[in-house]
Amino acid sequence: MRSKLILFIVGFIIWCLLRFPVDAQHIFIGIIVAAFVTLLLGDLFTNRPAQFFKVQRYLWFLYLMPVFIWECFKANLDIARYIISPNLSLKPGIIKVKTSLKTDIGLTYLANIITLTRGAITVDLDKEESCLYLHCIEVGDKKEIITAAVNKFENLIKKIFE
Amino acid sequence: MNNIIGVIFITLGLAFDLIGCLGLFRFPDVYNRLQASTKCVTFGTCNILFGTFLVLGFNAAGIKCLLALIFLLFSSPTSSHALARAAHKSGEKLCEGSVGNEYK
Repeated sequence: MRSKLILFIVGFIIWCLLRFPVDAQHIFIGIIVAAFVTLLLGDLFTNRPAQFFKVQRYLWFLYLMPVFIWECFKANLDIARYIISPNLSLKPGIIKVKTSLKTDIGLTYLANIITLTRGAITVDLDKEESCLYLHCIEVGDKKEIITAAVNKFENLIKKIFE
Repeated sequence: MNNIIGVIFITLGLAFDLIGCLGLFRFPDVYNRLQASTKCVTFGTCNILFGTFLVLGFNAAGIKCLLALIFLLFSSPTSSHALARAAHKSGEKLCEGSVGNEYK
C-alpha cells in the first residue's frame, strides 16, 4: 500500500514537471494518469517503502552527486586522451571485481556508476557471488585504481540504497 | 551571464560528443567502442542539455531538458551494459593485444 502511495506521488511530480506551468486542468489529468500507472505497477516499485523516509539517504545522495560528476569528468578526459593520441596502444581485458553489495538496486546503481566512470564498463554481474565483470580499456596497473574506485562508490551506495 | 555559461557548457558537450564519435571509428573491438560511445556521448549530451537549461531558464522547455538529462543518465549505462552482455553471449572475441579475460 505504501509502495503504491510513493509511486503515485513520484509519478504525479514527474507529470507536473513535464507540464511545467501547471494549472487545474493539468493537475486533474495528472491525477488520472498517476492513478492508472499506480494501479498497473504499484507493487513493483519498491520492496522496502520505509527507506523513502530516511533523511540521511538524501544527504548522502547530495554528497554522491558532485563526487560522481567529478569522476565522470576525469574519466572522459582519460578516454579522450586515448582517442586523440596518434598511436593507439590499448591493453583491454575483462576483470572480475568483488563487491559487498547484496540488493538488486544497489548492484544496479553500482554497475551504472562504474560504467560512467574510470575506463571500465560492466559486462555482466553475478548476483549469487555479488561480483562484477568489468571490461577495462587498460588493465595492467589500472586494476588497483579501478578496484579502489569500486570500493569508494560501494561504500557510498551502501549508505544510500541499502 | 547565464547565457555565456550555458554556451560554454554546450560547446564542451559538443566537443565530447565529437570525441566519442571519433572513438567509434578508432577503437578496435565492440567493447572498446562501447566505452567510447557510452562515456563520452553520455557526458557530452548531458552537458548540452544542462547548457540548454541554463540558457532557457525555468520554463517549460528548460524543465524538460533537466528531465531528459536524468532519464539519459539512467538509461544510457543500462543499454550499454545490455549491448556488452549480448555481444559476449553471441561469442564476440576481445580484440588482439587483450590481456586476460576472467569472464567464464
